[in-house]
Amino acid sequence: MADWSGLSRAAARQLCERVLALSKAEACQVNVTAGTNGNTRYARNEVTTAGDADNASVSVTSRFGKRVASVGTNLLDDAGLARAVETSERLAKLAPENPELMPLLPAQMYAEVPALSEATANLDAARRADAVRAATSASGRAGLMAAGLVHRVVGAGAVANSAGLFGYHASTTVVHTLTVRTPDGKGSGWAGTAHNDWTRATGSSLLATRAVRKAHGTHDAAALDPGKYTVVLEPTAAGNLLSLLAFSLNARAADEGRSFFSKRGGGNRIGEKIVDERVTIVSDPQDPDLLTSPFTGEGLPVGRTVWIENGVLKNLANDRFWADKQGVKPTPFAGGFRLESAGAAATLEELIKGVERGLLVTRFWYIRPVDQRTLGYTGITRDGVFLIEHGEVSGAVNNFRFNESPVAMLNNLVAVGRPERVSSSESGDVGGPAVVVPPLVVRDFSFTSVSEAV
Amino acid sequence: MDRRKFVQTAAGAVATSSLRLKLPQADASVKDLCMRALNAAKTAGASYADVRVGRTRLQSVSTREQQITNLSDTETYGFGIRVLAQGAWGFAASRDLSASEIDRVARLAVAQAKANRRAMQHPITLAPTPSVTDGHWRSPIETDPFDITIEEKVGLLLRANAEALKVAGARFVNSSLAFVKDAKTYASTDDIFTVQEVYRCFPQMNVTAVDSTRGLFETRNSAEVAPMGLGWEWVLKSDLPGNAQRWAEEAVQKLTAKSVEPGRYDLILEPHHLFLTIHESIAHPTELDRALGYEANYAGTSFLAPPQQVLGKFRYGPEFMNIQGDRSQPGSLSACGWDDDGVVPETYLIIKNGIVVDYQTTRDQVAILTPLTGRQRSHGTSYAESWADVQFQRMPNVSLLPGERDLKLDDLMTATDNGIYIVGRGSYSIDQQRYNFQFGGQVFYEVKGGKITGMLKDVAYQARTPDFWNSMDMIGGKSSYLMNGTFSDGKGQPSQSNAVSHGCPPARFKAVNVLNTGRDRG
Repeated sequence: MADWSGLSRAAARQLCERVLALSKAEACQVNVTAGTNGNTRYARNEVTTAGDADNASVSVTSRFGKRVASVGTNLLDDAGLARAVETSERLAKLAPENPELMPLLPAQMYAEVPALSEATANLDAARRADAVRAATSASGRAGLMAAGLVHRVVGAGAVANSAGLFGYHASTTVVHTLTVRTPDGKGSGWAGTAHNDWTRATGSSLLATRAVRKAHGTHDAAALDPGKYTVVLEPTAAGNLLSLLAFSLNARAADEGRSFFSKRGGGNRIGEKIVDERVTIVSDPQDPDLLTSPFTGEGLPVGRTVWIENGVLKNLANDRFWADKQGVKPTPFAGGFRLESAGAAATLEELIKGVERGLLVTRFWYIRPVDQRTLGYTGITRDGVFLIEHGEVSGAVNNFRFNESPVAMLNNLVAVGRPERVSSSESGDVGGPAVVVPPLVVRDFSFTSVSEAV
Repeated sequence: MDRRKFVQTAAGAVATSSLRLKLPQADASVKDLCMRALNAAKTAGASYADVRVGRTRLQSVSTREQQITNLSDTETYGFGIRVLAQGAWGFAASRDLSASEIDRVARLAVAQAKANRRAMQHPITLAPTPSVTDGHWRSPIETDPFDITIEEKVGLLLRANAEALKVAGARFVNSSLAFVKDAKTYASTDDIFTVQEVYRCFPQMNVTAVDSTRGLFETRNSAEVAPMGLGWEWVLKSDLPGNAQRWAEEAVQKLTAKSVEPGRYDLILEPHHLFLTIHESIAHPTELDRALGYEANYAGTSFLAPPQQVLGKFRYGPEFMNIQGDRSQPGSLSACGWDDDGVVPETYLIIKNGIVVDYQTTRDQVAILTPLTGRQRSHGTSYAESWADVQFQRMPNVSLLPGERDLKLDDLMTATDNGIYIVGRGSYSIDQQRYNFQFGGQVFYEVKGGKITGMLKDVAYQARTPDFWNSMDMIGGKSSYLMNGTFSDGKGQPSQSNAVSHGCPPARFKAVNVLNTGRDRG
């Protein structure tokens, strides 16, 4: 499946051409987004709400010299499109010049990214209810309460401009996340999965089994003081924190002196070793577990980019203007990334066996920046923290607040496992980036206070 | 005011406003579409249905230094049909308002409800609500921001930026204006038909000071400028150009401010900071769906559970602490005539004299609390982000009411020997049951012997919610009460955004644990 039937490549091109034909601006760009969004929520072991929504919209960006403005609408009849084009032209003429505006890109070649899964596209309300029932049955049999979400989107995006550029990308994404709690509220366990392809996502029964095991395991967790601990971060927990690092890889902020990646005295830290040499972070739209869009909103091709290689900062994300100003090639960050480490193949269980004393963390939540100078963040553990003693999980402990930097964490690396695609967004829906990360063992992780929340 | 009297008053206000207003979505053709949707749902087997036709316009203008970075104007139009069939909810939505699509979407919503029935145990029941034949409501704006030219908007921002950049050491400045107009027509099979036009606006700026030789940078944003449910008049009143130099000077001052010594301090929190602490540590835990486990997978649960052990029993704070829920404060972000269940929102106390007495509710939750509260009606807190999203329980404005004595900020300051005065919202994080939180701020001042003695930086306070609120020992009076709010509060799965205000006076909290966020992480 290369095209989505809801908006095929041909239909997207035709819609773009309708808009471009209406344009009287010196230059014009059109972005099209169309999709169908289906979700089913459940709580207390039963479906609560669900939704299926179809939408399609265009954004028209008109330019007169360096003056530019964008107007978006989902009214796609002739009158609606004409109004959007006319309004964008009127606003653009009124706008002051934007000295950073780059010329429109001419036609480009894009990588083929097969991100559309038929199984995901076919995940309708009935199939989602079946997935829910598989999870709630497991939870109910165990005498526990499950709350979760099955969410899938199928859609397409296109970009075209008056310089002859056209790009089209269709994709599906699906997420199933659930939290299982004991009826007395003293135990809570989480499990989740995300992928483009429903058949490659973890099955609902297996997910529920994992969450059930954690809910039972965390019941009446023991009290443990805050402090610096060796931690084993499950892939989701690692993904929660590494996303923060990936999204801060911005060249301009670094060059302007307002980023962790700024060099004292001016410039940025590209070429410096910033984390443990076992860490390599790469974005690649064609990675079979990422499958992100092969172009940006303005149609700039997105290829494989190495951000950190063997611990050395190799690239920072650069838009066209800033790259041109610095005399380098633009390096767009397209949203997804993978942390890889040569030869790392250990499973989570094998990593745990190597830890004499430490804490196993399921996931983090409510993560917020506290110090941009050090990339310092605070947040909370939730849904399962377990004490590891002599290579084995010996029992659950309370939750903690952490104050920690993902950069410091990657400098305190003890071991790296085998990477996998995770659902790393705090919201547990399809809104987050595509993230492939391994479980990590990290020493001296700072937990600064206890959270009595379960 | 008792419930019956309040309802009568609200209904009277609605009748008056409907004579004055002519709203675009009151058009007969939109009403016809709504009626068609309800009929199609009933024909397909729904026992209850409601429909929202929404048309939302969002305009945003962004700048940095002396240039524009974004100018966009977006409109989205569509409808969503929610049904009950065999006791289960179903919801479907589309941007295509043709008759055939309305019929298809209504059938899809009913089919979905029937599919959901297989994974349900308890049928939904709805609390009764009075019928509304033709209700109209509009935000109390003076000037429609969409009538103001782009030149004027850009000009105001660039003037503000220029003022900030006059300050030595202020290197970068970003500023923006965002305007929302949310036109919504709602109809339900419970004989409700309403048309509303809700406006929101948010002026913002952020100044960055850099000391590149020492590798330092600090920011100061316009934290005292609240997002509001008002029009262009609020942008003028906010006066970004008039405040920009002060914010820039404070960003520069922060570069050399004293790094805080960790320890226990008395905190004086002014309203533009305290509103967010109220939002996170009071408004969220008093959401009934959280307390019952419906949001366990993302937003979380609540330490205020189960309700039978909380209502009338749990002491949240001191005797003088009263927390109000409402959707009626003029200019507040959650103000409306009817919620997305078609209910007139109530003004009511959630915490009375320090004790929790109620939760936030929607029509499908009322029956759960009736045995405990005797209440038969919803508080009116149903909300959906857009026509494409299903409505569910979202917080109203949740506010800390002022104290009986009309104390001012200066009175709190004078009475404090060893404290920190915190201005504006900063970093914020709280656990999934709303116990453990950590808050930063925009600007921090050391208070010694009743006076401000200097600026501090790297301050965050960390506490446990009930301990924190029970440490409140002073509170400002009516004349020091202010509102601020959040333009995008996330909850639900898929996550939906809600805009909500919180009012409060300044307040003092005793011996709160303060961390240094810059020195080390341990």
